[in-house]
Amino acid sequence: MSDSPAPSAPKPSSSVKLVLLGEAAVGKSSLVLRFVNDAFEPNKEPTIGAAFLTQKCNLPNRTIKFEIWDTAGQERFASLAPMYYRNAQSALVVYDITKASSLVKAKHWIAELQRQASPGIVIALVGNKLDLVEDEEEGEAQEGEGEGEGEEDGKVRRVSTKEGKDYADEENLLFFETSAKSGHNVNEVFTAIANAIPETSLKGPRGGAGGATQAALGSGAQDNSRVNLNANADAGPKEGCAC
Amino acid sequence: MANPGSEDDTPTIKMDEPESRADGDGVSGLEQSREMTPPPLPPRPTTANLGLLDDRPTTADMGSLKLPKRTSRPHLQSQATTALSLTDIQIQSRGESASINSSPVSRDPSQKRSISRFGRFVNSSEDDSASTRSYAPTLDVPYDNVSMLGDEPSPAWKALNSQLDIDESLQLDEAFEDPLSERITLEFDDLEVRAGNGSNETVLLDQWSAKLKHFFVLSASGKPVYSRHGDDHLVSHYVGVAQTLISFYQGANDPLKTFTAGDTRFVMLAKGPLNLVAVSKIGESEAQLRNQLESLYMQVLSTLSLPSLEKIFSNRPSTDLRRPLQGTDVLLDGLSDGFTRGSPSTLLSSLECLRLRKTHRRIINDSLLKVRSPDLLYGLIVAAGRLVSVVRPKKHSLHPGDLHLIFNMLFEAGSVKAGGGENWIPLCLPGFNNTGFLYMYVSFLSPAEAAAVASSPVTAERPRTASDTEHTPSSDDLAIVFISPNKDAFYSLRSMRDSLITSLAQSKMLAALAAAMDAGRAPCSSILPGGTPLKHFLYKSRGNVQFTMPSFEPHFAGPIARRKLMTLYAHLHEVVHVRNSHLKVLHAVSREATALAWVTPVFELYCVAGPGVARQTVTQAANKVVQWIRKEEERVFIIGGAVF
Ligand SMILES: Nc1nc2c(ncn2[C@@H]2O[C@H](COP(=O)(O)OP(=O)(O)OP(=O)(O)O)[C@@H](O)[C@H]2O)c(=O)[nH]1
Ligand SMILES: [Mg+2]
Repeated sequence: MSDSPAPSAPKPSSSVKLVLLGEAAVGKSSLVLRFVNDAFEPNKEPTIGAAFLTQKCNLPNRTIKFEIWDTAGQERFASLAPMYYRNAQSALVVYDITKASSLVKAKHWIAELQRQASPGIVIALVGNKLDLVEDEEEGEAQEGEGEGEGEEDGKVRRVSTKEGKDYADEENLLFFETSAKSGHNVNEVFTAIANAIPETSLKGPRGGAGGATQAALGSGAQDNSRVNLNANADAGPKEGCAC
Repeated sequence: MANPGSEDDTPTIKMDEPESRADGDGVSGLEQSREMTPPPLPPRPTTANLGLLDDRPTTADMGSLKLPKRTSRPHLQSQATTALSLTDIQIQSRGESASINSSPVSRDPSQKRSISRFGRFVNSSEDDSASTRSYAPTLDVPYDNVSMLGDEPSPAWKALNSQLDIDESLQLDEAFEDPLSERITLEFDDLEVRAGNGSNETVLLDQWSAKLKHFFVLSASGKPVYSRHGDDHLVSHYVGVAQTLISFYQGANDPLKTFTAGDTRFVMLAKGPLNLVAVSKIGESEAQLRNQLESLYMQVLSTLSLPSLEKIFSNRPSTDLRRPLQGTDVLLDGLSDGFTRGSPSTLLSSLECLRLRKTHRRIINDSLLKVRSPDLLYGLIVAAGRLVSVVRPKKHSLHPGDLHLIFNMLFEAGSVKAGGGENWIPLCLPGFNNTGFLYMYVSFLSPAEAAAVASSPVTAERPRTASDTEHTPSSDDLAIVFISPNKDAFYSLRSMRDSLITSLAQSKMLAALAAAMDAGRAPCSSILPGGTPLKHFLYKSRGNVQFTMPSFEPHFAGPIARRKLMTLYAHLHEVVHVRNSHLKVLHAVSREATALAWVTPVFELYCVAGPGVARQTVTQAANKVVQWIRKEEERVFIIGGAVF
C-alpha cells in the first residue's frame, strides 16, 4: 500500500491504487486479466465482491506498481464501491460499446467519483469490446435497428467513438476504446494512467510522466495516438506495462 | 492446538446441526460439543445429528459389528449386532417415512390420496407384500411388520421397498447398471441456443427433458427465479404447472411435499417468499432432495440475507428476484451440479480434511493463532479442496452448510479462483447469522507463490507479478480464507495472510502441505493393506461433522463410474436414514457389488466391495476401516482446530 523500493529494480517505484468500475459484464475483469496475465477467457464468470490484483508498469524513469481493485458490476454490490475508490489515485470506468446503457452507467460512476473520490483522482473512460465491431465503419452509432450479421447477437456498435470521446473531453478524462479479447489498447490504458498520475501524489523521489496533467491528456485523447502523447512515446505495450 | 488434552475431551470443530440452519436467527451453534471417537466409547448425545435419524441415540441404539472381541459387551443390544445373520437387510421401522410425508400436516388422508395418483409404490400392494414376505423370514429383529402389512403398507415400507429388488438384494443392480447414470456425461451440457424463429423448440425440449435433474426456484407469486436447465421461455410452462400444484395444496393448508411420476421424483420446499422444486430421475430420496433444496435456499440467503429477501417481497410481492440475484446462477449451478454429480460431502453433510500428521496440524494451528488479526472471525486453510485447519472463536462454531456454500463458491463455481489474485467478498453465512453480512478474504496460492510471499517482507512485492503469472490457479492450490465482520478488514487480513505464509514457511509446513497435497487420497488398497476386498468407502465422523475416504481411483475414476458409486452410496444412505429407522447395519448384494452400511451414534460407514464377496469378508474389512480410523483419527480429521 505504501511505497516500497522494488528489490531488484534500480528505478524508483511507487504504488498506485486503481479501481475498476462499470456495469456488469462490460469486461472489467477481462481487461485486468489481459493486463496482468496477457490472457482472455471467452466466458468469464461474473466477479463476486471484488478482486485485488497487482501489476507493475515500467515507465522509462520509474516503476509504477498498480494495486488494482476489480469490482463486481452487479447492482447488489454497488453500495460497497466507496470502500474501493476511497483512497484510489486512479479509476478505470468501463462501458461496452455494444451496449448503450453501459455508458449511462459509466457516467453515473464518473459523477460519483468526481463527487466522492479523492480530488486528484485520474479517471480513464474505456469503451471495451472493440473487436465485436471491428468490421464496421467506426464513428457512427447505429441506433436501434441492428443491421446485417450483427443482428442475431445484438453485437453492433451502440456507442460511437465520438460520443464516448466527447464526453471524456468534457469531463477531462482519459479515453480509450479497447478489446480485452484482442488486447488492443489495453496496455496503453494502464500506461497512460501511470503517466497521468500527478507527481505530487507519488511518494517516490521522481515524478512519473513529468507533469502531463489529466486535462491535457484528456483533451488530446485519440484512439491510437493515445500513447504517443507522452514522453515515453516509444514505450509500447511490450516495454510499458505488463512486462 | 487449543486443547492438547485427552482425545475424549477435545472440543470439536463444533458445527451445529444442519437441521437448524435455515431458521435460526442470530448467532447459532454456540454450544460446545465434545469429540467422539468410535466405539466402544461411552455413548453421548451427538451434536451432529443429521435430523434424519431418530432423535437421540442411546446406548441401546449404538451399533457395533459383531466381532469376537466385542461380543462380550452385554449392554449393546443384540438387535444392533445381529446383522451378520444371513439377511440382506434388517430394519426396524415404524410408521412414517421421510420419503412420502414429512410433516404431520401432510399425513392428512386427502394428501395421501392425492399423492397416490402419482405414486409408483402405491398401486403395488401385491408386490409389496410379496417382497415383504420374501424378506420376512430373514428379518430377525422384532418389529411391527404385522401392522406394516395391515390394511395398507406403510410409507416407510414402501419407500424402503423402492430400494429393494423384488428378488434378493438391494436394488444395487439398478444402481450399477442404471442406464441413467450413463447420461451423466451429457447432463452438464448447455442446451442448444434458441433459434431466433423458435424453429428448434422441439430439439430444445428434448434436450431439456433428457436432463436427469432439474432444480427450480420460484417466487411465491410464481415468477421463475432460477432454473438449472433451459431459459424462461422453455421452463415457463412447467414452472406454471408446478406453481399451480404448489398453491393448490398451500391453499388447502396441506403443502405438497413430494410426489413421484414414473421414475421421477418431485420434491417441493416452501421457504418464506420462495418455493423450490427438485426433479430427479436418479433415484434420490425425498430427504436427500430436500437437503439439496435447503442448500440452494441457503445460497439465495447467502447472497441477499434474510431481511433483504423479505423486504424485497414485502415491498413488492411481484418483484423479479432475478435482478438482485444476477450473477449467482454460477453458484446455484455449482451447487446443483455438485448434487447431480454426487458428492460425498453433500451426501454426508460434512467436509473432508487433508490427511496430515497430527504434529503438523498443531504447528499450523499455532501459526494461525499467533498471526491472528483482531478482525478475524473464522479462518480456514484449504488445500486441494480439503480442509487443513480452522481457526475460530471459542463461542462460534462453523456451520457445515455455510462451509459448503463457501467451498462451492471457491471450488465449484470457479469465478473466484479464475480471477487470480485475492478477493474480498461480502456474503451472508445463514447458518451463522442469516440477517447480516460478513466479509471474506480469499487468497489462492500455488506452493511457488506461497514461497514468494514468504521470501519477501510483509507488505512488499506481491507474488503475482508478471514473472510468475504463468501459473493458473488449480485445485492443487492452497486457499487461505479469512472471514471478518468488518468490511474494512481487507488489508489487515491480507497482512495476516503474509504473516501466516511466512510462519508456515519457516516451520517447513508449506513443504509439508505440498507433500500432503501431492500424496492425495490413498487408494483403498494402501489404507487397508493385505488385499482388502473393499473398492471404496466413506467414513463420516458424526461428532466432527467430517468424513474421510480413499481415492476414487482406480475403480471409480470416470464420471459414470463415480455417479454409479454415488448412487449406490445414496441408496445405502437413504435406507439407513429412513426416519425412525433403527437400522444399524445394512448388507446389500448384487451382481456387481457387495456393500455394507453401518451407522452408530459416532460414525457412519459405507463400504463397497466387488461382487460375490462374502458378507463376513466385507464385515471384517469394515472393521479394519474402523480400526484404521481409530489409529489415524487425528490425521484424517480436524479435532478441535485452533480456538481463540
Ligand atoms: N468479444 C469480447 N468479449 C469480451 C471482451 N471483454 C470481455 N468480454 C466478455 O464479456 C463477458 C464479461 O466479461 P467480464 O470481464 O467478466 O466483465 P466484468 O465487467 O468483469 O463483469 P462483472 O464482474 O460482472 O462486473 C465475458 O464473457 C467476457 O469474455 C472483449 O473485449 N471482447
Ligand atoms: Mg468482473
